[in-house]
Amino acid sequence: MSNIIGLIFISVGLAFDFFGCLGLVRLPDVYNRLQAATKSVTLGTCSILFGTFLVVGFTAAGMKSLLSIIFLLLTSPVAAHAIARGAHRAGIKLWKGSIIDRYAEDKEGET
Amino acid sequence: MTNSNGAKILRRFIGAILLIGVIILILIRPFPFLFYPDLPYIGFLGRAIYIIFLACTLVLYRVWRGPTGADRLVAVDALGILIVGFCAILTISTGRSWYIDIGIAWALQSFISTLALSKYLQGKGFDE
Repeated sequence: MSNIIGLIFISVGLAFDFFGCLGLVRLPDVYNRLQAATKSVTLGTCSILFGTFLVVGFTAAGMKSLLSIIFLLLTSPVAAHAIARGAHRAGIKLWKGSIIDRYAEDKEGET
Repeated sequence: MTNSNGAKILRRFIGAILLIGVIILILIRPFPFLFYPDLPYIGFLGRAIYIIFLACTLVLYRVWRGPTGADRLVAVDALGILIVGFCAILTISTGRSWYIDIGIAWALQSFISTLALSKYLQGKGFDE
């Protein structure tokens, strides 16, 4: 029974991965692509790892997959924030349909 | 690269050829050394591996044709996260538990290289 639930988790994660990569190809801007590539792919991979834990059980590989979930959930937002900050400071323009840029307003107050 | 009509048609043709090739890979499932064929649900896991190959093909398209460096950096970050899920599926489908160790090491290395390259992207060097 836990095998079947694990395989359901793996298929949901595969769907999130595939649509995240499709958004990475189709969206028009760096900052829009960052939404699809980081959030969706991270959630999909965490779902695949949790399904692996349910299939394998409480063995060494299962506990390592839980450790990988915690590590990915901690480090992926940090990497996305660093990429967005670096891209904005490098002077990459926003898409022409974007309507607001809070970071440029905040950066005027910095030194 | 010229942006004429012929070049656009050629790019779409190459993309269609790649997508059809990966879909054929999902259907016929070559490379039998990736599987441990006594499992009852090995058909699902074999197709799952090639769905991840399809996602990696889309990511490599963005690495190939990113207009700026930040697009390529985003794509490489997403590729590093995808490989971790690939190693997790290989852990089940081959029955060898050291594939998840490769996944953990790849996640660590991908995180550190993403931080270093985004620091490089600002154009101010590594010591700010």
